[in-house]
Amino acid sequence: MSKSITLIWQLLRKHISIFELTIFFITNLIGMVVILAGVQIYSDLKPILSGDEAIIGNDYVVVTHPVTRVGINTTSFSTNDIEELQNQEFVNSVGRFTSSQFEVNGSILFGGRRLSTMLFFESIPDEFIDATPDSWGFAEGNTTIPIILPRNYLNLYNFGFSSTQKLPQITEAMVKSVSLGIELSGNGHTDEFVGRVAGFSDRINTILVPDAFMSWANRHYANVTTESPTRLILEVANPSDPSLLEFLEANNYVLESKPAESGKALFILKVCVAIIVVIGVIFSLLSIIILTLSIHLLLQKNITKLETLTLIGYTPNRVAMPYNALTIALNGSILILSLVAVFVAQNIYSNYLSQLDGITISTSPAASFVVGIALTVLITALNIFVINHKIKEISRKR
Amino acid sequence: MDIIRLDRVIPQIFANKEKLSGDIWGKEFSFERGKRYLINASSGTGKSTLCSYLYGQRGDYQGTILFDNNDISNLSTNQWCEIRQQSISHLFQDLKLFGELTALQNVEIKNNITHSKSQAEILALFEELGIADKIDTRIDRISFGQQQRVALIRALCQPYSFLLLDEPISHLDDANSEIMRAIIEQDAQTKGAGIIATSIGKHINFDYDLCLNL
Repeated sequence: MSKSITLIWQLLRKHISIFELTIFFITNLIGMVVILAGVQIYSDLKPILSGDEAIIGNDYVVVTHPVTRVGINTTSFSTNDIEELQNQEFVNSVGRFTSSQFEVNGSILFGGRRLSTMLFFESIPDEFIDATPDSWGFAEGNTTIPIILPRNYLNLYNFGFSSTQKLPQITEAMVKSVSLGIELSGNGHTDEFVGRVAGFSDRINTILVPDAFMSWANRHYANVTTESPTRLILEVANPSDPSLLEFLEANNYVLESKPAESGKALFILKVCVAIIVVIGVIFSLLSIIILTLSIHLLLQKNITKLETLTLIGYTPNRVAMPYNALTIALNGSILILSLVAVFVAQNIYSNYLSQLDGITISTSPAASFVVGIALTVLITALNIFVINHKIKEISRKR
Repeated sequence: MDIIRLDRVIPQIFANKEKLSGDIWGKEFSFERGKRYLINASSGTGKSTLCSYLYGQRGDYQGTILFDNNDISNLSTNQWCEIRQQSISHLFQDLKLFGELTALQNVEIKNNITHSKSQAEILALFEELGIADKIDTRIDRISFGQQQRVALIRALCQPYSFLLLDEPISHLDDANSEIMRAIIEQDAQTKGAGIIATSIGKHINFDYDLCLNL
């Protein structure tokens, strides 16, 4: 068998155009790399954009009642309001902001002097926090309260205040290492706690403490168990959804901030990947056309020999074998090369992304493996079909 | 395969001819396994055409050709390949050798799929036919007479019920023709095969059962 293939190969390799095969090889390689890179990037970034640890993805909006006049406004949400919100299709879940109903006094040692100020705390359910720090949580008896500050507080200090007042700029790590003296009082109790900044949030614009702490502290220092919230955080699929905006307007609710642009990121990623994949597919299609034409031309040039082979008893399948082997070898090496290329690219971008704070991506090349093998099988099957079809046509010619 | 039946077969190019003389076109005729037939005719009367019909190369005829009662117009490409490997061997008038292969490779390319003869048997045939020194020479570098002998060896490298010889000795001298006859005679006898030879005058000297005119 192998001996006969060697002889047929010797016979049929004539007229094989290295130039055409090179063009096919390069275009298909480019196409394959582009498609696989697109798929790999998509599969690597999608969890970051849409999963539980998404930096962007499901969007959150904070709603309040408008403050229309000076003085006390009715700005709290009733249970009915919350239920109604929860029942809306465009709302995935609703989180209540709970505010501290007791006195909070914060102090810090600064240049040998103790500076103190009145503070307030708020809490929201943990699942609404964008980056839950490891030390997040509270159990009765703990003396440390983890705190999340809005990142823009620090920015405000670093870029607005310190530079103009000739004060040193401070880093997040520095802030995290500082202990705050926290004095809580109310309901006849006064206790000292240590406050620690556990993290910074881009999403939530308040001084956050764990929900567990808040419910305990409100019970303990204010004897309050539930309080109608004045702010709600909504998890929505699309913050630009017109029905959401109409609903808010109809109920006279105000969005605390414009819907974040982040929600569009996944959509943009999808569009980009789609464009990349389409470009890759075009390359691959072109390369398949080139290979098909090249094979047609090759077969046409060898037509007399192919006819003679079938006349001395070679079946079309056997005649097709060397061409099929050539295609399999070409497509196989294209697959291997493109997987290597994608793997290298993946390393580069995952390294780059891991330099950004808090982003780790899985480096499993599974997606490009699966898609690459599937595409190669598909392309090879198509090539083999074209070859066999053409050879059958030649051998049937009577 | 034991019998090839031709039932009023007429090549399409002769279809408008009013009167077809000869023993085959338009007649009912059978080639039987084990017998030797000589088809003697001047050129242009369709000797090679007949061979190409029997070998499945062409199908441009009216009438019916049957192999053991099977109409050959229904055969698939793969069935023809099977027949060309097992039942009918053809020494083509134009030889159909591969110019870029050597004499031996031209034989091997056939023997590789049929595994009919050993390397030693093939070399012995080259020896007998006086072309042993040409086995490693490219086929397009040797004379047509030598090529004819290579093509014969290739034709014998398979089992067959019928051997089609289309002007097999057109370029051979009498001595070589005789050697070729003896080799074919023996090979065909061993296989119990029928021989159908064509000639335009100079014919290979078998003990023919029937001489036909086209």
